[in-house]
Amino acid sequence: MKQKLVLVGNGMAGVRTLEELFKHGNDQYDITVVGSEPHPNYNRIMLSPVLASEKTIDDIILNSREWYQENDIELITGDTVTEISRVKRAVITESGREIPYDRLLVATGSNPFIIPVPGADKEGVLGFRDIYDVEQMVQASKDYKNAVVIGGGLLGLEAANGLLKQGMNVTVVHLLDSLMERQLDKPASAMLKASLEERGLTFLMEAQTAEIVGDKRVSAVKFADGSQVDADLVVMAVGIRPNLELAQKAGIYCERGIVVNDTMQTYDPQIYAVGECVQHRNECYGLVAPLFEQAKVAANHLAHIGSARYEGSVTSTKLKVTGIDLFSAGDFNEAEGDESLVMQDSAAGIYKKLVIRDDKIKGAVMYGDTMDGTWYFQLMREGTNIADFRRTILFGQHDLGDAGHGDAKVLSLSDDAEICGCNGVTKGDIVQAISKNGIFTLDEVRAHTKASSSCGSCTGLVEALLAHSVGDGYDDKPSKKGMCGCTDHSHDDVINAIKEHELKSMPAVREFLEWKTPDGCASCRPALNYYLLARWPAEYKDDAQSRFINERAHGNIQKDGTYSVIPRIFGGSTTAQQLMDLGRIAEKWNVPTVKFTGGQRIDMLGLKKHELPGIWGDLSEAGFVSGHAYGKALRTVKTCVGSEWCRFGTQDSTRLGILLEELTWGSWMQHKYKLAVSGCPRNCAEATIKDFGVVCVDSGYELHVGGNGGIKVRVTDLLCKVETEEEVLEYVGAFTQKYREEAHYLERTAPWVERVGLTYIKECILDDEAERKALCERFKFSQTFAQIDPWKARAEGEAAQEFTPLKIAG
Amino acid sequence: MNAVEKLNMTQENKSSWIEVVALDDIPQLGSRVIETDTMNIAVFRTASDEVFAMKDQCPHKKGPLSQGIVHGNSVTCPLHNWKIDLASGKALGPDEGCTNVFPTKVENGKVFIELTQAG
Ligand code: SRM
Ligand SMILES: Cc1cc2nc3c(=O)[nH]c(=O)nc-3n(C[C@H](O)[C@H](O)[C@H](O)COP(=O)(O)OP(=O)(O)OC[C@H]3O[C@@H](n4cnc5c(N)ncnc54)[C@H](O)[C@@H]3O)c2cc1C
Ligand code: SF4
Ligand code: FES
Repeated sequence: MKQKLVLVGNGMAGVRTLEELFKHGNDQYDITVVGSEPHPNYNRIMLSPVLASEKTIDDIILNSREWYQENDIELITGDTVTEISRVKRAVITESGREIPYDRLLVATGSNPFIIPVPGADKEGVLGFRDIYDVEQMVQASKDYKNAVVIGGGLLGLEAANGLLKQGMNVTVVHLLDSLMERQLDKPASAMLKASLEERGLTFLMEAQTAEIVGDKRVSAVKFADGSQVDADLVVMAVGIRPNLELAQKAGIYCERGIVVNDTMQTYDPQIYAVGECVQHRNECYGLVAPLFEQAKVAANHLAHIGSARYEGSVTSTKLKVTGIDLFSAGDFNEAEGDESLVMQDSAAGIYKKLVIRDDKIKGAVMYGDTMDGTWYFQLMREGTNIADFRRTILFGQHDLGDAGHGDAKVLSLSDDAEICGCNGVTKGDIVQAISKNGIFTLDEVRAHTKASSSCGSCTGLVEALLAHSVGDGYDDKPSKKGMCGCTDHSHDDVINAIKEHELKSMPAVREFLEWKTPDGCASCRPALNYYLLARWPAEYKDDAQSRFINERAHGNIQKDGTYSVIPRIFGGSTTAQQLMDLGRIAEKWNVPTVKFTGGQRIDMLGLKKHELPGIWGDLSEAGFVSGHAYGKALRTVKTCVGSEWCRFGTQDSTRLGILLEELTWGSWMQHKYKLAVSGCPRNCAEATIKDFGVVCVDSGYELHVGGNGGIKVRVTDLLCKVETEEEVLEYVGAFTQKYREEAHYLERTAPWVERVGLTYIKECILDDEAERKALCERFKFSQTFAQIDPWKARAEGEAAQEFTPLKIAG
Repeated sequence: MNAVEKLNMTQENKSSWIEVVALDDIPQLGSRVIETDTMNIAVFRTASDEVFAMKDQCPHKKGPLSQGIVHGNSVTCPLHNWKIDLASGKALGPDEGCTNVFPTKVENGKVFIELTQAG
């Protein structure tokens, strides 16, 4: 028989827990949900836009009544649980229902704090918490004129802005001398105040409320200094208190909130709690991002998987007042020994401040331009060393070369602006999908609109839209993001597990990390296949069915289903004999197009799949190997003529390029990987936009890393200078292996270097000679398995099925 | 019976199972392509040895579905990543479109497909 799970509190954290539970497949529980409010679960965050008439109640429903039905949930709305009987294992409601439980989930949220001044119980005094409050406010705005909002924090300002939009005269009363003092420093706070005043809000700072004046309904608010302002509506937004009364009455241990451990269990093991009502490691949270993390953990335990732990959250804040961009995270007031970076442009209304400790971001405040808020937040959470780009960090990620992220001013784009060029998805499509489907994550946007699901270069834009549309509910934790829909584990989790637990096959990885799908998907399978291959080159057997078609067929699929063939021309240096052989072979196979590539070699396009082994056989006989132009692999090593001929050449760049290609060809990577060697700083081989570039100088070789010439151009960083060719080979081997072992699948060196920081790479490769040599050795070891020409093997019959069609008439 | 006779039978009887390949000759989570006079047909084999057949043409821009990655009961098109349900031939998720599917059966380790709906 199924167990009974009862959820008290039909709000954001509780229902999210149920959704997370269903992701594990719920066959264990009969579920009942009891909520005081008469509505199904809605997006409480969006009450502010509803009050400002930017959205309707219907827009913000997250789970319709049909959703509860489809999931066999018994939903009781408009009834309040008044008692938890732990002896009977049942909850009792106001209307007299008695509902038994085996497991209970308490998610009662919190209550607005109402200052206990005389008159606080008069008609027209409200909190700002639920749909009822908003309806009362909208009604009051029709019947009355003057509103006072007590509290100049996030909620208070959003309420004030909404009431102003409803046409009321609004005065904001704040006890302290600056607004949102918990999130903003003084300059940002002053800018915010000025811009709200410009919109028509009035502020009374350092004013202490003493009494609510009026008969039945409020008519004025009186202050400690004796002054008063007229008011027909008073909104108290001075803070929230975890709603723990019910739990406390049942004898469950509470302090400021209901105390839970890292598995979201209360002191009664049958009873779990999540959301604002909870106190975890001494923290109570009032934003949805941490609550959603809690929900994930609680669901993991309710589903008896039992591996997840909640370890607390770092939070960030945004204000949802249209036209005002504000972002804050961490400690934004410098402590001793901290430094701060500040940029202020009062005319443009922009202010940014970062607090730095030991080259890491500790806090951020931004006003006017918050595009990079999520980026700073990510750097802060991951503790990235920012020394390398400190000088430009305030200009934003865009200025960093921006390898595939972010873009300026997405919010100012019009609705028909195309965001995803691959799938033709507009800004309007995305925003609509987010609000219509109640989306919180990038994956969901991808599933619903396809935006960012192809080349991914628009991911930053989509994330910015998400962040803006759903506020802090947006799951913006790249480091903790699951690899794909099949798992909650991040790329790093997977890479580490494969290494530490010596997992050597895909089923082993999926079982150990509790994959949700039996055989993965088109996105995780190639990644796992690569991680296993890179970690266990000798033992792991490559899985052809987990490779994209290009790598499986060792040619590049073209739009008409034919393939291209690009043989390797080491260092871009060829001979008359090679050219004649290529010409002869191209003629024999009637190759429709022969073309010089941008990578200094020759492309034969338009071959049918079944012809491939044949032409490869001919090429192999003439001494060619695969150029891997189709693979996440070493592509080309471009060179210039160098000292052998060029009047400026300082070293033999062509020869060095050939040596490098001989060292690296055949190796699989997370992404394409390109090298170049230029004979002097004129840099004809364009070495400074390659994954690894060598620029020869009189005294030796400059080594450059992390360049990219593709979608977003990024110039390399200088790694170091060395004196001999042997050193160049060793450093190339070491850097390449470092990348191969640690970057995420489909992450090219440019974004990888930006993510982990050049300093980190230097520490491993420059400062630690033993580690450098070991990396290089591991690379060479794995090359002994990789440098087997896949074309020759297939010409001789390997994987013949792949290239042989079946024929029937029909 | 030669292939042409099979074809004639197909058209007359409007129903005919044709043996196409041994199950073991299709890789698990992989596919084979059958060339016919009128079109290419992709035959897929899933991890649990179910076999599906459909016209080897993606409803999006005619990409060869046989060349995609098979996972669960779907295949991801190699050209632009549409996901196609193997059983129904329908595009999954936000995409819309459908490709022809053909009934299949496996008997004694041999895969048969029925070409009645060819066209
Ligand atoms: C053939 C070639 C164009 C040409 O005719 O010259 C080419 C063709 C393709 N490029 Fe390229 N790229 C070619 C040189 C380049 C270069 C120039 C270079 O290497 O110096 C670049 C910019 C440098 C760089 O990579 O940083 C380049 C940046 C890209 C990118 C963007 C990569 C990025 O990180 O931003 C892609 C898309 C991707 O990889 O995701 C791409 C993807 C492609 C694909 C594979 C698209 C696809 O998936 O079908 C094209 C395959 C056509 C085919 O079947 O051969 N191609 N591509 C060049 C082959 C070079 C070779 O000999 O192997
Ligand atoms: C106007 C506004 C704007 C906000 N803006 C943001 C923002 O921009 N970003 C952000 O991250 N967060 C924001 N928040 C906070 C966010 O909405 C909350 O953190 C989140 O909703 C808390 O979820 P919860 O499930 O803990 O509580 P709730 O969502 O409040 O759900 C608790 C539910 O339990 C019900 N309940 C309580 N006791 C009982 C009982 N005994 N029996 C039955 N039912 C009961 C309540 O009626 C309520 O429906 C905002 C909140 C408000 C009010
Ligand atoms: S730039 Fe590269 S990817 Fe684009 S069409 Fe040309 S070859 Fe293809
Ligand atoms: S042709 Fe299949 S996804 Fe475009």
